[in-house]
Amino acid sequence: MSILVLAEHHDGQLSSATAHVVAAAKQIGGDIHVLVAGEGVAAIAEAAAKLDGVAKVRVADHAVYAHQLAEPLGDLLVELAGDYGHVLAAASTTGKNVLPRVAALKDVGQLSEIIAVESADTFRRPIYAGNAIATVQSEDALKVITVRATAFDAVGEAGGASIEAVESVVDNTRSTFVKEALAESDRPELGSARVVISGGRGMGNGENFKLLDGIADKLGAAIGASRAAVDAGFVPNDMQVGQTGKIVAPDLYIAVGISGAIQHLAGMKDSKVIVAINKDEEAPIFQVSDYGLVADLFQALPELEQKL
Amino acid sequence: MKVLVAVKRVIDYNVKIRVKPDHSDVDLTNVKMAMNPFCEIAVEEAVRLKEKGVATEVVAVTVGPKAAQEQLRTALALGADRAIHVETDVPVESLAAAKVLAKVVEEEQPGLVILGKQAIDSDNNQVGQMLAALAGLPQGTFASEVVIENDKAQVTREIDGGLQTVELTLPAIVTTDLRLNEPRYAKLPDIMKAKKKPLDVKSPADLGVDIAGRVKLLKVEPPAERQAGIKVGSVDELVEKLKNEAKVIS
Ligand SMILES: Cc1cc2nc3c(=O)[nH]c(=O)nc-3n(C[C@H](O)[C@H](O)[C@H](O)COP(=O)(O)OP(=O)(O)OC[C@H]3O[C@@H](n4cnc5c(N)ncnc54)[C@H](O)[C@@H]3O)c2cc1C
Ligand SMILES: Nc1ncnc2c1ncn2[C@@H]1O[C@H](COP(=O)(O)O)[C@@H](O)[C@H]1O
Repeated sequence: MSILVLAEHHDGQLSSATAHVVAAAKQIGGDIHVLVAGEGVAAIAEAAAKLDGVAKVRVADHAVYAHQLAEPLGDLLVELAGDYGHVLAAASTTGKNVLPRVAALKDVGQLSEIIAVESADTFRRPIYAGNAIATVQSEDALKVITVRATAFDAVGEAGGASIEAVESVVDNTRSTFVKEALAESDRPELGSARVVISGGRGMGNGENFKLLDGIADKLGAAIGASRAAVDAGFVPNDMQVGQTGKIVAPDLYIAVGISGAIQHLAGMKDSKVIVAINKDEEAPIFQVSDYGLVADLFQALPELEQKL
Repeated sequence: MKVLVAVKRVIDYNVKIRVKPDHSDVDLTNVKMAMNPFCEIAVEEAVRLKEKGVATEVVAVTVGPKAAQEQLRTALALGADRAIHVETDVPVESLAAAKVLAKVVEEEQPGLVILGKQAIDSDNNQVGQMLAALAGLPQGTFASEVVIENDKAQVTREIDGGLQTVELTLPAIVTTDLRLNEPRYAKLPDIMKAKKKPLDVKSPADLGVDIAGRVKLLKVEPPAERQAGIKVGSVDELVEKLKNEAKVIS
């Protein structure tokens, strides 16, 4: 039985999430094929072919797949899915957008955001914002699954998979791409950074997020935020960590001026080491942090930057 | 234009859930239930479209047990004109919900369907996309802005890297993200009025939909608890611990 993994890519580069999804596919077991769909994606296909465990890369290179709109990407996956027992994608906004379409059109259920593989049909996934972990078994012949990248260690680069073009092209008349406003940053991606430092409502305003910059520079960290900080307009939405934002599991997570609502914890409590800086010693964030510092962030942050 | 809004009854988002001692499921007895927060945003968006004169009628629909009528009444109090309850006591998986909704879409022929992006119980994030696929309609998921103009919807979507805008030909499916709007609270007179608004009850069988589940729930466990660590007294101590004890910085 073979497994089809939808490659995640941005800006002409294969995203690291793909190597994590391939790791989940390896645990399921079977021939692993990766689908790279987009426009001008030859280099991405080559990067995917190097991933350990991948037998074949299938490339659908056409303007209709540019921007990875759900309708054409879904139709393409439906066309290819017949050859496979599993279709996997990262639980990214792309994977979440597309995979349920594939499941519905193949008349099968979808398992969202699995965090462990028990067997080829049985998986573990968080529910209720991670406050419970469900073990679920799919009774469908085709398993359509999104994978929480942080829950699987990425595969390395060992392979030299064959690369093969997908000739058929679907059409899309229902939706058109208008524009994209993507955040530009020299920092590592939130989802794959080794260190993440996040600010919450306690930061007070967007300007004060600069206090995190120097520390992030020194630690090579990505910068995240709570929803309250995003809602208040301090920072853009792509920085939100949590149940309905990004899921992170870095070696070190530093929460600054964040109270620790369950929806925020859902996105970061699998971090290896958690540090909380909060002036309220009763803040729930301290119940999950390894090191808590009760302090005013406006004093603690400059001092921390200096001492690192 | 008619707008259809799908709402789901879920546990109130403030409640900390408990897993049943036998690990068969989470324990929902005597737990406060509410409308899924993303569905509140969906209702709000539909009502605002009506207030702007873009929508002519707002129809709320849910698939679930008798008690889910509470959430339909909430939607009516918030400004929906009528409601459809597809009643079942069987747990409804996303695919089944999408199939039922696809039938309702076929019967009602709305110009726009608004759903939440995710139900906070299953955290599935599937139904809107499945409905779009089944109904053959374009989708704008995780919306933070929706503009309707000339039979088109411009939807700004929250994606991992930032924002993406797509244009959809109506009828279309939209799922809401948190920043689309801030839902209003229902006022008492509106809650009273809502009791008199029409609420239709049907069964999945009436719609000819088989809602049998595809996924077996084998076990539900509490997550590994994190132990609270220590409080450090100073920034110096914090840096020292991170270097020498946790060894996560050098
Ligand atoms: C459906 C739904 C989904 C949600 N999804 C998410 C999600 O994905 N991610 C998310 O984060 N939230 C999410 N939320 C929101 C969540 O419930 C909380 O409202 C939010 O996380 C609070 O953010 P916060 O901790 O920054 O703000 P607050 O709770 O207001 O906490 C601010 C903290 O800053 C501290 N503080 C203030 N000033 C200082 C200072 N000078 N120095 C030090 N500390 C200071 C305070 O003591 C306080 O603890 C969601 C909510 C809903 C309903
Ligand atoms: N049983 C249901 N009845 C009506 N709408 C639902 C139901 N289940 C899910 N939905 C809609 O689909 C959205 C996403 O749910 P889900 O895909 O299950 O996370 C919800 O916010 C609702 O708008």
